[in-house]
Amino acid sequence: MYETNFHKAATAQEAAALLNRSEDGKILAGGQTLIPTMKQRLADPTDVIDVSAAADLRGITIAGDQVTIGAMTTHAEVAGHAALAALCPSICKLAANIGDPAVRHRGTIGGSLANNDPAADYPAAALALNARIHTTSREIAADDFFEGMFTTALEDDEIITAVSFTAPAKGGYGKFPNPASRYAMAGVFVAKLADGSARVAVTGAGEDGVHRHDGLEAALSADWAASAVDGVEISLDGLLSDLHGNAAYRANLVKVMAKRALG
Amino acid sequence: MSKKKHVTLNVNGKTEEFLAEPRELLIYTLRERLNITGPHIGCETSHCGACTVTIDGKSVKSCTMFAVQAEGAEITTIEGIGGPDNLHPLQEAFKEHHGLQCGYCTPGMITRATKLLEEIPNPTEAEIRFGMAGNLCRCTGYQNIVKSIQAAAAQMSAAKEAAE
Repeated sequence: MYETNFHKAATAQEAAALLNRSEDGKILAGGQTLIPTMKQRLADPTDVIDVSAAADLRGITIAGDQVTIGAMTTHAEVAGHAALAALCPSICKLAANIGDPAVRHRGTIGGSLANNDPAADYPAAALALNARIHTTSREIAADDFFEGMFTTALEDDEIITAVSFTAPAKGGYGKFPNPASRYAMAGVFVAKLADGSARVAVTGAGEDGVHRHDGLEAALSADWAASAVDGVEISLDGLLSDLHGNAAYRANLVKVMAKRALG
Repeated sequence: MSKKKHVTLNVNGKTEEFLAEPRELLIYTLRERLNITGPHIGCETSHCGACTVTIDGKSVKSCTMFAVQAEGAEITTIEGIGGPDNLHPLQEAFKEHHGLQCGYCTPGMITRATKLLEEIPNPTEAEIRFGMAGNLCRCTGYQNIVKSIQAAAAQMSAAKEAAE
């Protein structure tokens, strides 16, 4: 690992200021991706800015059907939040199946969204739930946030502070994890919004990372049932082929995971 | 040259103070700086769990955390769980039920299992396998690891009942 400087920020704004002053700074949230990446010398930030002490980035707030999750909320905290589970169990179930227990104690929702790993789970939830990503300078709709593999709309010195969404009428997540990494080989989040329309987001399967699926959305908007998925054609265009599985295999997984998400 | 940071940790009840480079991983602090060699380095890529320790009550992989991030934390390693003269029920059960072969993963397994049994005092086999998913055994001794944890859970529950 290359050497680096370490800072601890007490607030999100202080972290943004430190980031702005750094030559090539990185925010350190739970560190479950950044630290392995630094070990492999794939990242060599001049400065790492630890935001674990920033109280304004933590916690889950529920007001009616509005959910706000602070960026530094860990996967274990989301998984174990009783009030959130009562309102939107699908996101708790998703969080409970990220990585393993030790990873869930450190990894955070903000870190996951900012990293936008093409096989991460949270981007699918944010996109399907039509979430809003709050940052130190603005609010970004999920539809405008994810810009392809490991790429987001975040500016260099912009930090995610929270993610918020309206609890869906119904929702579910189906994931086929790679047995070694537990990242999704295909993960499908389905959400039936209050107006009855369906949003479906697919992670792990696309060459450009998380994306919505028009065909599945149309089918589920018309009929919210696993049987409605049968008639949907999953195009191989843009699906990932790698040593874990080719595009046809992933297309089939998308269909099966969509059905599992519908329970 | 990066700036060293002052770090204070409490490891197994003892306060430790030192200056560390920000890139120093906690597992190296424990093993090389503090000579606490129970936590092992298996993969150093967050997969295997041989480096598992308890930090402020939670299982964490100490190869995927900088020592500076643990500032002020309370850390428990296998050394703080039990020793040759006072084995923890989990250590006793791993011994009795052949829960280890080469022993390399065992400190991490037992450290994680202490927290699992706090989270779920009487876990089913499925709950044990899910809750221990971050700890790998290259000897593939999972059957006996599950048996050992179940035996320890039964023993600990019985002891708790007897005490009440």
